[in-house]
Amino acid sequence: MKMSDYNFAYLDEQTKRMIRRAILKGLAIPGYQVPFASREMPMPYGWGTGGVQVSAAVMVPEDTLKVIDQGADDTTNAVSIRRFFEKTAGVAVTEHTDQANVIQTRHRIPEQDLTEGQILVYQVPIPEPLRFLEPSEVETRKMHSLEEYGLMHVKLYEDIAQHGAIATAYAYPVRVEGRYVMDPSPIPKFDNPKLTMAGIQLFGAGREQRIYALPPYTDVVSLDFEDFPFEASKADHACGLCGAIDSYLDELIVDDQGARMFMCSDTDYCAGRQEETAA
Amino acid sequence: MYVAVKGGEKAIDNAHAWLAEERRGDPTVTELSVAQIREQMTLAVNRVMAEGSLYDPDLAALAIKQSRGDLIEAIFLIRAYRTTLPRFGGSHPVNTDEMACDRRVSATFKDAPGGQVLGPTFDYTHRLLDFKLAADGEVAEAPQSPAPDTATPHIMSFLDRESLIQEEATGLETPDDLTRTPLELPASRALRLQALTRGDEGFVLGMAYSTQRGYARNHAFVAELRIGAVAVEMDIPELGFAIEIGEITLTECETVNQFKGSKTEPPQFTRGYGLVFGMTERKAISMALVDRALRWQELGEDNMGAPAQDEEFVLYHCDNIQATGFLEHIKLPHYVDFQSELELIRKLRREAMQMQEAAE
Repeated sequence: MKMSDYNFAYLDEQTKRMIRRAILKGLAIPGYQVPFASREMPMPYGWGTGGVQVSAAVMVPEDTLKVIDQGADDTTNAVSIRRFFEKTAGVAVTEHTDQANVIQTRHRIPEQDLTEGQILVYQVPIPEPLRFLEPSEVETRKMHSLEEYGLMHVKLYEDIAQHGAIATAYAYPVRVEGRYVMDPSPIPKFDNPKLTMAGIQLFGAGREQRIYALPPYTDVVSLDFEDFPFEASKADHACGLCGAIDSYLDELIVDDQGARMFMCSDTDYCAGRQEETAA
Repeated sequence: MYVAVKGGEKAIDNAHAWLAEERRGDPTVTELSVAQIREQMTLAVNRVMAEGSLYDPDLAALAIKQSRGDLIEAIFLIRAYRTTLPRFGGSHPVNTDEMACDRRVSATFKDAPGGQVLGPTFDYTHRLLDFKLAADGEVAEAPQSPAPDTATPHIMSFLDRESLIQEEATGLETPDDLTRTPLELPASRALRLQALTRGDEGFVLGMAYSTQRGYARNHAFVAELRIGAVAVEMDIPELGFAIEIGEITLTECETVNQFKGSKTEPPQFTRGYGLVFGMTERKAISMALVDRALRWQELGEDNMGAPAQDEEFVLYHCDNIQATGFLEHIKLPHYVDFQSELELIRKLRREAMQMQEAAE
């Protein structure tokens, strides 16, 4: 069988319909984890199967797709997923944030603000924000339904008592519209303030069979305490390539003396700024 | 001036080309055919069909060839292919009473109607490397006797007549399909059995072994292990009756477990059940032991806190495609999360050092 013999965007229409129903339910109850019958995809669980299924379910042939991993368009897994959709859906692809209708991401929100009509699809490894406090799914579902989030607040408090700060740097838990505590996927907490945005945000966890969503302009608050307010942090440097001081930075080791350099993790943002300077 | 690493696309293409070359190995050695794998690596093919949840020996053999013999990778290929197939219905339950048995042994009765048939088993081979096989694998024809024309009823049915064995609830309804509905807990026994039959052989074996060593011990005897072909029948709506759509080989294991009774149940024997595609008896026996361990609640037994009794633990961790994917994903770039951890550790260290200095 040739790849072109598969249905548009790989999944059959029945499966897409099932996923769309889960997405709609997720949008109707922001932050609530909707179980869905995740399929086995031709890439491994843990490598974006949830995001790929969500993207496949929302994609139409006229869409333009962008895929980033760690903010970059050219990391190997981003390349692999982009190619998958080029092959199975034949959609146009782009590296430019403002030209994409659907952006699938792993661990970053693009620096450039999304606009209405854009969809940001997150790949989620562990959708349950309470998982590392309570391993049982039966228990955590109960805690969500009873709005029983004391355990999470105790954890954050213990961090402060022990370390003087909340020791969570990524996958920093948020509260959605004052109701569900949600894992924003392992984005750095620098990205958390951007979770309230004009675009639609969809979260897909394939292995864990969960989908959740944030409609545009949803109120998303990072958990904190009055006397220890949430702080979005990044490396205290400027990008070594474009000079940006407002973007999230990757740290590189550039020689065997251990010299460091910082550069934007969002490659499209960085390239755009470099072009502007050159022009 | 530093230039960021580019060229992911080219690297991927070249890696794939190299992989293909490695799969082929030394081109002066004859290439393996799919038919050779199907006929001579049968037990590997069976495992791939069982854990891939797709009964197709040719596709399983192809997957083994493509995966260079990595069976979990082969299972993965089959599962991904399976996703593209429509579900057009459910078969009637297969009738293993009418199995054409290649092998049928009981550890509980010396003899029973239908007799004991060893079949093609490794059991009593001495595990000595056969160096002759390195040069020549041709074999003489095995002696044959005519197949018995008597039926081979299940051994359990004899215990059933005396009401010594726990009665099993019967249901005519088609159970949920684990691959079409999300697993939600507590799961029905039908769903648990579906998860176990496609679960990783090593994982299910380890769980079963742990019950034998005392983690929720349930004293299992193999009442019967049978391997053979059964017919698969399905109702065809246009015809209005059931027709045979094919024949599959299955391994079925029924264990009989000692049980002294509980608050809710009288003393009786209880059952564990294993049913797996192909000739896969290690897996079928393991499955029966784990099935029995998971039934503690229904039988009113104590929760010993053993891993094999924990439905959530077993069902969420028995699937090797889920496990291997998530395990191996830690090879992917994690620059962003790691960077944020780096910042945090530096900050916490700085503060801790300052406190220490102030104290000194």
